[in-house]
Amino acid sequence: MIITSNLSKKYKDNIVLNIESLEIPKGQSFGLVGNNGAGKTTYFSLLLDLIQPTTGYITNNDIQVNKSEAWKPFTSAFIDESFLVGYLTAEEYFYFIGELRGQNKADVDALVSQFEDFFHGEILGQKKYLRDLSKGNQKKAGIVAALIGNPEVIILDEPFANLDPTTQIRLKGIVKDLAEKQGVTVLISSHDLMHVTDVCERIVVLEKGEIVKDMVTSEATLKELEAHFAG
Amino acid sequence: MFKHFINLEWKSFFRSASLGKSIAIKILMGFFLLYLASIFTAVGISMIFILEKERPDTDPFVFFNSLIFFWVIGDLLFRFFFQKLPVMTVKPLLTLPVKRSKIVNYVLGKSALSFVNLLPLLTIIPFGIILITKEYHNTSTVLVWWLTLILLILINNFLNFIIESLSAETELSFLPIIIFTGALFGINHFNIVNLSELFSNAVSAIAETPIFLIIPIAILALLYGFNFKLLRKKLFLDSGLKEKVKEVNTANLEWTKSFGDIAPFLQLDLKLLWRNKRTKSSVWILLMGLLYGLFFYPQPTYQNLPWFFTLIGIFSTGIFLISFGQFIPAWDSGYYKLLMSQNIKYEQYLKSKFTLMAFSVVVLFVLGIPYVYFGWKVLLAHFVAAIYNIGVNTHVIMWGGSFNRKKIDLNQKAAFNYQGTGAVQWLIGIPLMLLPMGLFALFYFLTNFEIACVILGLLGVSGIVFHQRLMKAITSKYLESKYKMIDAFNQDN
Repeated sequence: MIITSNLSKKYKDNIVLNIESLEIPKGQSFGLVGNNGAGKTTYFSLLLDLIQPTTGYITNNDIQVNKSEAWKPFTSAFIDESFLVGYLTAEEYFYFIGELRGQNKADVDALVSQFEDFFHGEILGQKKYLRDLSKGNQKKAGIVAALIGNPEVIILDEPFANLDPTTQIRLKGIVKDLAEKQGVTVLISSHDLMHVTDVCERIVVLEKGEIVKDMVTSEATLKELEAHFAG
Repeated sequence: MFKHFINLEWKSFFRSASLGKSIAIKILMGFFLLYLASIFTAVGISMIFILEKERPDTDPFVFFNSLIFFWVIGDLLFRFFFQKLPVMTVKPLLTLPVKRSKIVNYVLGKSALSFVNLLPLLTIIPFGIILITKEYHNTSTVLVWWLTLILLILINNFLNFIIESLSAETELSFLPIIIFTGALFGINHFNIVNLSELFSNAVSAIAETPIFLIIPIAILALLYGFNFKLLRKKLFLDSGLKEKVKEVNTANLEWTKSFGDIAPFLQLDLKLLWRNKRTKSSVWILLMGLLYGLFFYPQPTYQNLPWFFTLIGIFSTGIFLISFGQFIPAWDSGYYKLLMSQNIKYEQYLKSKFTLMAFSVVVLFVLGIPYVYFGWKVLLAHFVAAIYNIGVNTHVIMWGGSFNRKKIDLNQKAAFNYQGTGAVQWLIGIPLMLLPMGLFALFYFLTNFEIACVILGLLGVSGIVFHQRLMKAITSKYLESKYKMIDAFNQDN
């Protein structure tokens, strides 16, 4: 589904990302871990064509992302709060995203209603603008908005950060369900090793922009990761 | 400690992403300020000589003092719209071991050094020196007089911030100041209380008897104290730095569906305008722009300057276009990454802005039809100006937007939201307005009024005819600078 080849990103002389090749097959739940500055967000930004690669390219479903925009209809993402339109209510935001992705109100309502649990009654019908919600609730709205329009690729940067424990557990359920049952390719980055190993079939460790580990999740994975990061 | 503050300010300016643009504008502003400064100085130097010639029997000192009242209200009005309390990003400082009072003192102290406060000095200092050399008054009187006026300037400075912060909470934030200054002017004009004479006498009295200086000093101290209290109260996360959350109603705006594929963006733009402090103020400017003609048309001088009508026409029908358009696409800077990763057509996004601006021009023209009272030529000029606005200026301003690299913080908290309409905003309007006026004037003098109108109108119409093609060119310009914009909008300053 997503093929990365010879991808690098340099700022002046500083190489922040250098991936020779990375293939993510369709329907995989893919986890990206690494310390701060390892290049996780840079990789996602390149994948969304928000920054330009220095060399190489990424193809998403055979579409080179920095050449064509045809990947946009089937790809969605929530990177940070700057993906939210602060002066809309959560409902209005969902409808807006829905319209951009060719979904009518009924479609959006149907999808969003599945997540009432996840919202915990703090998102819908609040009569509040998104900018006035707490960080955690903003994140919930952003994550659900990324699910609108049946995307085939979903990119979530640090989805577990700022969420309360209950929501974290529910989110894990949602992500697993997406990959296993609906064949969606899910890309997640996280600092929380436990969560990633719980959710992802495959985990890649980035260090200073390079891939240092690429493993299929098994029972031993968490231990291995902890050993790696303990130094 | 203050050294650190100044250091921070310095860095925030020189390290911001918009530095390139800032410097160009700063240079332009520099010339503008130089121009202002030279005017003020020239007035200060020449005033006495002119007075000696025109009214040899009045004491220039008394004459100058009689103007002080008008200067004070004019100054207050001007300050309200142009001088904002120097904002410092205070939030990160709150948890550091810096006394709150120190932060407040710095913010207030810095405001006293503003250029607006220095300008009048350029007039009063040469004026005073000439007074001394011509031996109208002795040195000590003039020295005290200078001191009095400086105190008056500072009083105005701090009075303005109080008025600003008190009226910032209300929707029509500029009403109180207009009522206040209008009332003062009215009381004086209709001789209910002769305030101008009162001011004049007071200033003269202080200049003669320095002990009275204590009065303006006391007033200044009071105002400073009040400002200090106001600001000090706001330096908490749950008061000044945080906005009260009001219950909101979700809006439907189904009617926008008739605009077809630009509907979602049109809805978004309308909500953007109506739900953010920053944009609301730009809606209220409309009223000012619409009534702009009333400053000129009643005066017979302007009745004989038909080429001037177009300028007013461009301004009064294009005020929304100018104030909204110049910040495209920065209005959406907060969520620009989202837009760029969604399946949207840039052209639709821009077209929504175009539609909004073109629509505003039509509405403002229609509202301005009563100007026909001042002659059919005025109406005709406005009509042509409106067409020019729709055909040319909309495209020009959107094209200019592709150079936009400055983020706008729509969520600016109400209390500290002194950032906003600055002098820069008005400067950008100049090419948009002066170019058509120049063209019009040229053809007016070469041929006649009607032909000049036709030419300006034709320019506008050709812009409308080539709209699709122009939009394509503008869109590609935006696409070109996509990465730069994303990068710049990601930065906080």
